[in-house]
Amino acid sequence: MSVDLKSLKANLVVDARGTACPGPLLAAKKAIGDIESGEIMEILSADEGTKNDIPRWCEKVGHEYLGFYDEDSFSRLFLIKE
Amino acid sequence: METSQEITMQELQTQLEALKKKVGKLEKGRKDQLSMAVVSGDFDKILATMVISLAAAAMDTQVKLFFSFWSLSALRDPKKTPKGKDFISKMFGMMLPKGKNQLKLSNMNMAGMGPMMIKMLMKKKNVLSLHEMFNQAAELGIEITICEMSMDLMGFKKEEFIDYPHLRYAGAATFVADAGESAVQLFI
Repeated sequence: MSVDLKSLKANLVVDARGTACPGPLLAAKKAIGDIESGEIMEILSADEGTKNDIPRWCEKVGHEYLGFYDEDSFSRLFLIKE
Repeated sequence: METSQEITMQELQTQLEALKKKVGKLEKGRKDQLSMAVVSGDFDKILATMVISLAAAAMDTQVKLFFSFWSLSALRDPKKTPKGKDFISKMFGMMLPKGKNQLKLSNMNMAGMGPMMIKMLMKKKNVLSLHEMFNQAAELGIEITICEMSMDLMGFKKEEFIDYPHLRYAGAATFVADAGESAVQLFI
């Protein structure tokens, strides 16, 4: 599935830029309870490892990982809640 | 014709039951669970333990930590002073780090300079502190079991450990049983 991530409107944006591994994953895990199934979550992370970790997490627990794109000093990662 | 078909249906049913049993056993055999035997009491090793545990718990994996020997120092509460210790226990208690904040590095300890520098770097690079990691672990339901034998051996008392909501005391068999049903087992 190819989605234009830049035009995507997330239902919830989780700003985890102030924390390193495994902080962003913990933040995502906590926040996922706040949205409904089928809604989009966007995670902001300045931690490089998170770009690998979030897709693995999605794969394991069943959320649909949509991808990421880089900003100047951080990345935006997108997923749809299972 | 009809009866023979019925028999095959019955056969299928029994086969299905047998399969279900097997699958059930397999599922029970290896749960989505991480068991760690934590023996080291170095700052870096406790840090690794907590990072891996938190990542696993965030991924909905049940985490069970078995703390034994040197690692028990990390669970001591510096504010607590237990009474009724004998001479050797008191000596051990004095020589060993009192809590996770006093742990040494396994490398580059440099009489305490190393841990100080690491803690500074962790702050600078936004890595959660050990203290925060234990709080998160409590929130995520990570279980910590204290090995009673090593607690006794080193003269520690239950009253000197941290207040952690999922703290238990048990023996090696508990770890073996937990590890046996875990998909991942680690020794640190």
